[in-house]
Amino acid sequence: MGEFDYSVIFDNIPFLIDGLKVTFLLTILAVIGGMILGTLLALIRIAQIPVLSWIAAAYVNFFRSLPLILVIFWLYFLVPLFLGRPVGSFYSVLIAFVLFEAAYYSEIIRAGISSVRSGQIAAGRAIGLTYPQTMRHIVLPQAFRSMLPVLLTQAIVLFQDTSLVYVVGLKDFLVSAELIANRDQRLVEMFVFVAIVYFIFCFAGSLYARHLQRKLAT
Amino acid sequence: MISIQKASKWYGDFQVLNECSTSVSTGEVVVVCGPSGSGKSTLIKCVNGLESIDQGEIIVDGDIVDAKKTNLNTLRSKIGMVFQSFELFPHMSAIDNVILGQVKVLKRTEEEAQIRAIELMNQVGLFEHSSKFPAQLSGGQQQRVAIARALAMDPIALLFDEPTSALDPEMINDVLDVMVDLAQEGMTMMVVTHEMGFAQKVAHRVVFMDEGRIVEDAPTDQFFNAPGSDRARLFLSKILTH
Repeated sequence: MGEFDYSVIFDNIPFLIDGLKVTFLLTILAVIGGMILGTLLALIRIAQIPVLSWIAAAYVNFFRSLPLILVIFWLYFLVPLFLGRPVGSFYSVLIAFVLFEAAYYSEIIRAGISSVRSGQIAAGRAIGLTYPQTMRHIVLPQAFRSMLPVLLTQAIVLFQDTSLVYVVGLKDFLVSAELIANRDQRLVEMFVFVAIVYFIFCFAGSLYARHLQRKLAT
Repeated sequence: MISIQKASKWYGDFQVLNECSTSVSTGEVVVVCGPSGSGKSTLIKCVNGLESIDQGEIIVDGDIVDAKKTNLNTLRSKIGMVFQSFELFPHMSAIDNVILGQVKVLKRTEEEAQIRAIELMNQVGLFEHSSKFPAQLSGGQQQRVAIARALAMDPIALLFDEPTSALDPEMINDVLDVMVDLAQEGMTMMVVTHEMGFAQKVAHRVVFMDEGRIVEDAPTDQFFNAPGSDRARLFLSKILTH
């Protein structure tokens, strides 16, 4: 067992940063897509539109009962089959994350919408706003504000979960690090470094979420 | 203007409204009072369709409120409502609360809406607080912004649902002053309140409710000097002793 040699990290910084970019891009796009689809699902369930709201509920329960890694696997094989052409592993995992996260975001947003006082809806309707206008201008802005810490926490979980793209070989931060670690036989140094990077981002994120929570509580 | 004919409503087995009939004509101020749980808030919320009735009919400006062909959004934009708990939109400044409906419902331009909002903030005496958020305003100030928000839609009538019940005593008069001015300018108003001084000062008629029924519907003087029912007498004696 040789000495630890951390120069392996510094020598490969550009390659690692490329991987980190993929991780961040995947996280950000999945959060945006998941929140849009999740909001839609939440609104459908809250408006209690017949059939549609049943489908939305089934969707949420279905995805919440599956392991994420399975969804990633499936979509990796299913998306090209559906579209009839290969789309690349990035897009297939992005779709998997959006579909999967939407189920969780929809539950968070549904709770956020329910937390807005019913009098607010009455006040919106009383000046003649339609139901969608009331949701858009009155309820959702308040719901998102109160849900911000939870939404952020969910995004942090997602940031960690993106490392599961390992199974389809997408070169995210973890996979890039692993490639170098294997090539240069510096497994310990590399995986220590990877752990520290994940920890820093996630810990900073949770601190910020806590700060938001305190700010909203006052 | 507002005509309520034999309106009945049930919550499950419990009847909240029992064949209520009354009316408010243009320019008239009608105060609705009665013990808590008598159905007065429910009745006023049925007038702009925030609650629905199960039997009877409510006609506002020629439209039947619970009819399918009635566009409730249009009807509501013509009838202002002020709530017990203000219900200002907390994520918007005071003046934006007054602007929102004008732009989104009446389709006024931002500029027109802004001008009207400034006028109204002046009218309720809060112009200098325009850019504050509801949480930075006192209850009385919030309620006055809420009145401005309702007035911004240029309503043909205003509904007040216990507008001063959630206020500290020293703020009640600021809100009542605004309401008295409105009444004296000839605004059509239906006001659920326990403020009997306000009723005596500006109401044309007083409607007294108990257990979901309209027990008494009389001109103001007659209601206070010679109430026709024992229940109204009892209510007045309790509320006017102090």
